Amino acid sequence: MVENTLSIKAVDFNFYYGSHHALKNINLDVMKNKVMAMIGPSGCGKSTFLRSINRMNDLIEGTQAKGALLFGGMDVNEKSVDVTRLRREVGMVFQKPNPFPKSIFENVAYGLRVNRLFNGRDDLNVKVEQSLREAGLWDEVKDNLNKNAYDLSGGQQQRLCIARALVIRPEVILMDEPTASLDPISTAKIEELIQELKKNYTIIIVTHNMQQAARVADNTAFFMLGELVEYGETSKIFTKPDKKITEDYITGRFG
Amino acid sequence: MERHFDEELEALKKNILKMASMVDDAVHKSVESLVDMDIEMAEKLIEDDQIIDLLEVQIDRQCLELLAKRQPLAVDLRFITSLQKINNDLERIGDLAINVAHASIYLSKHPPLKPLVDIPKMEEETRKMLRQAVSAIVEKNPAAAREICLKDSEIDSLYVQVFREILTYMMEDNNNIKRGIRLILVAKHIERMADHVTNIAEDVVYMLEGKTIKHHIDV
Repeated sequence: MVENTLSIKAVDFNFYYGSHHALKNINLDVMKNKVMAMIGPSGCGKSTFLRSINRMNDLIEGTQAKGALLFGGMDVNEKSVDVTRLRREVGMVFQKPNPFPKSIFENVAYGLRVNRLFNGRDDLNVKVEQSLREAGLWDEVKDNLNKNAYDLSGGQQQRLCIARALVIRPEVILMDEPTASLDPISTAKIEELIQELKKNYTIIIVTHNMQQAARVADNTAFFMLGELVEYGETSKIFTKPDKKITEDYITGRFG
Repeated sequence: MERHFDEELEALKKNILKMASMVDDAVHKSVESLVDMDIEMAEKLIEDDQIIDLLEVQIDRQCLELLAKRQPLAVDLRFITSLQKINNDLERIGDLAINVAHASIYLSKHPPLKPLVDIPKMEEETRKMLRQAVSAIVEKNPAAAREICLKDSEIDSLYVQVFREILTYMMEDNNNIKRGIRLILVAKHIERMADHVTNIAEDVVYMLEGKTIKHHIDV
């Protein structure tokens, strides 16, 4: 594990939806093997930033990025960047679990199959098992790998989606409110999982739950109206933020 | 946005102010009973200590409930955890006043060793510090809280002065030793009260600024 090395760096990064200036001059470093949480009121730009990293915003028409968003030394918006490859290295987990209408096994195996990242049936089995273990789901599903993924509970489905993201060995995992639709026990499992995963991955999480950010993140970024208001160690942000507006937001005085 | 939580924090603060005022009164009466040799007043004080103890438990519970229920952050978190510690220090000051009251019951049954000058002065200065700490909470004034920490050394000097003076009385005549030791202990109790007030002031600075100044660490 490499300590204190940079994973993602935003330099004067701006993002526009048509004429709407959604992100304004964002400068931010995301360190490897750390969990970075993004908080802020709805529409503050945190999800836009998240989705800029693996260029999910490309799917929306009329968007434009300015400035640099560096990953692995390359600007992700460079013309030469292979978006498919970028998304292999920067995996994503969404708010609602979205498994494929396939078996548990095939959900995880899918990424290996389409990317031809396995060497024979045994290797496929090993890799699927490994990812399901990493996602903390293996013990619950090992006897039912052929069961349809839709038969799993919401929390299990979300862990399945995490296993699906892990199987192709990304460097970064983006999580957009990954526990918003889960009960407290499933939420706790995902949060425990995040702590385990950061040993091998860099995690960026968007959450509306302040306590969740406080629990899981090493660093926290507070966004407001498209600007990065404050960014620093989570322990500092949640005990003594530098800016009054950050304090007002995290203590529920607005937003 | 006005939060219902703010009303709960306000209620907590009111209880701390009530606690501080009861403790302040107890400190004053403990030394007053000593100076006036008023056994009845000292006994009443000892009896009333349970009211302070009960309030301490109530405030403690109030803090825990707010932590559990609201899961506070930043300024709110610092406010509650600091008041919880301040509550504890106030209760300890109350206990020290009871120690003084016990000494005053003993001493009132014997002829006075000497006119009491510095001990009431220590008491007065300590209470001034306590009241300033309370004002610092109410007025959200960290500078006033920082000043209190500097005043503690004045109380320490007064204590050394009292100690030396009483020592000479005890060296002059063996019969003075029992009373002398009790008076020295009274001075020591008041000196400890001032230490607790200093703790309170340090907590007020943390509460308001998020800075730790105790043990001369400034972070």
